[in-house]
Formats: sequence, structure tokens, C-alpha cells
Amino acid sequence: MAVNPDIVGREYPPESVYEVSREKIAEFATAIGSTDPAHFDGDAARALGHPDVIAPPTFAVVIAQRSEARVIRDPEAGIDYSRVVHGEEKFVHRRPITVGDVLVTTSYVDSVRSAGGHSMVSTRSEIATRAGEPVSTVTSTIVVRGGE
Amino acid sequence: MTGTTTTRPSFDTVAVGDTVAERSFTLQRLDLVKYAGASGDFNVIHWNERVATSVGLPNVIAHGMLTMATAGRLVTDWAGDPGAVVEYGVRFTNMVPVPDDGAGATVVVSGVVATKDEEARTVRVDLTATCDGSKVLGRAQAVVRLP
Repeated sequence: MAVNPDIVGREYPPESVYEVSREKIAEFATAIGSTDPAHFDGDAARALGHPDVIAPPTFAVVIAQRSEARVIRDPEAGIDYSRVVHGEEKFVHRRPITVGDVLVTTSYVDSVRSAGGHSMVSTRSEIATRAGEPVSTVTSTIVVRGGE
Repeated sequence: MTGTTTTRPSFDTVAVGDTVAERSFTLQRLDLVKYAGASGDFNVIHWNERVATSVGLPNVIAHGMLTMATAGRLVTDWAGDPGAVVEYGVRFTNMVPVPDDGAGATVVVSGVVATKDEEARTVRVDLTATCDGSKVLGRAQAVVRLP
């Protein structure tokens, strides 16, 4: 049940927008144990030079994974979600994700590799504002464990 | 504890080899449930011990992304500005089992300044994260822009 290598290069264009709310940033920051005022208090964030409350660096995963789910669901990919574990994750931020951002995401399949009976699928999600300003690049590798 | 209450490091005063910090973080089942809700990742292996052990896991395990976010707090608290992190990447090398025993899991995180980029005025912080002596993150690196 190897992953179909023909999905390399496939592009999944934006099909929805993600509006970044104050409440979601606070909820996510709380869930990761952060009490940093830049996530909760607009004045504290502005004192650091940000326009308003900003999201933690890994918040982009919430947006990226919604988009990457389309790769996992792609019937031609042949990915068994029950066998998926997370291998790698990386964020590159041009600026912090900020309250009020209206974001769209395009995901790409960068590589499919096989090793030791497992398949490694690397995706890249480009997060930009609806107006076209690039914000974050999220690269992720999932490992699809081979059958026993 | 937040970075804004302490002196923020500046690019010129930080040197390669400096220790950023070392801290222990506790993860309990409640933390996994909160992270599941906040992130939308409801994979049952992160909250259901019956299912987790039936697929061969030692116990319910923490979301890799929760471990990554937790280790990242070491860097954002040090920098005094979570927006200073311009890059952050990790490999997930071992699981973090979170038993329902009142103690949970303890993840020990430390960071050291590995490189400085004079042009970009950024530093790369290399992180080590262990749980019960095994490395749970590999190649964990954060690039931080300092004032």
C-alpha cells in the first residue's frame, strides 16, 4: 500500500478563507501553555511593534493542516490516514500571523519517498492574505507506516 | 513567566554558545485535550488509551505539534517577543507517552545559540527536548530576529 508517487507536484489551490480571530489566538496560546501578553493584549503586542495581537509561531499549523488534509483525502494519493504519523514540521514566517488576517492557503506535494517499508510524503503550504501578501510557508512530512 | 518581564536579549550581546534556558514542562491529559480542541487535531491516539494501546502505542501520546509548541516557548520567552521567531523546524524522533497517573509526562527542553547571521541580525537557537531520557525532537532549530 505504497503512496502513489505520481501525486508529486500536485497543487491544491485555496478553496476557503481562514479569518484569524482574537479568541482563537487566545485559545491556541492557552492550549500550548503560553501566557505571553502578545497573544492576549493588543497594547502589549503594539509595544513590540505589531499592529495587534499575534499568534504563536506554530499556530500556522492549524491553517496549514486544513489545507494539507486535501492531500490525505485525495483518492489518487492512496494514503491510509490510520497509519499516518508526523515526521517533520517547519515554519518560515515573513511576519507573524495577526488578528484580523484573512488567509488563503495553497498546498503542494513536494516529494514522496519510500524507505524501510514506509512512505514519506512532504507537503508545502503557502499561506497568504486574500490580497496576495505572502505570510507563512509551512512544510510538513508525514510518515505512512507500511503494513505488517 | 513571560519574556516581557525580563530584559530582552539584543543581537549584539548574544554570543554563539550562549545557553538560552533550560526548563521542564509537564504535559497532562488535560493539556492534550485542550490542544486537540484548539488545534482541531482529534486523532484518538491523543486522548483514548483503549485505542492507543490497541494500535501498539505504550499509552496515549502527546501531539507532536504540542511538544514542538511547548519547546518553542523556551525560545519565545527568551526573545521576549513571539513574533521574533522567523523560522522554526523540528523532526519528531520519539513519542511522548502521557499516562493518566496524576504526574503526566515531563519534557525537558534546553536551547543554545548555534549561529549568528550579522546581515539578517538573526540567531539560530538549537533546541534539545527529552522525555524520560529519550530525544523527542531532532534537528530542532529556531531562527530568531533580535533587536
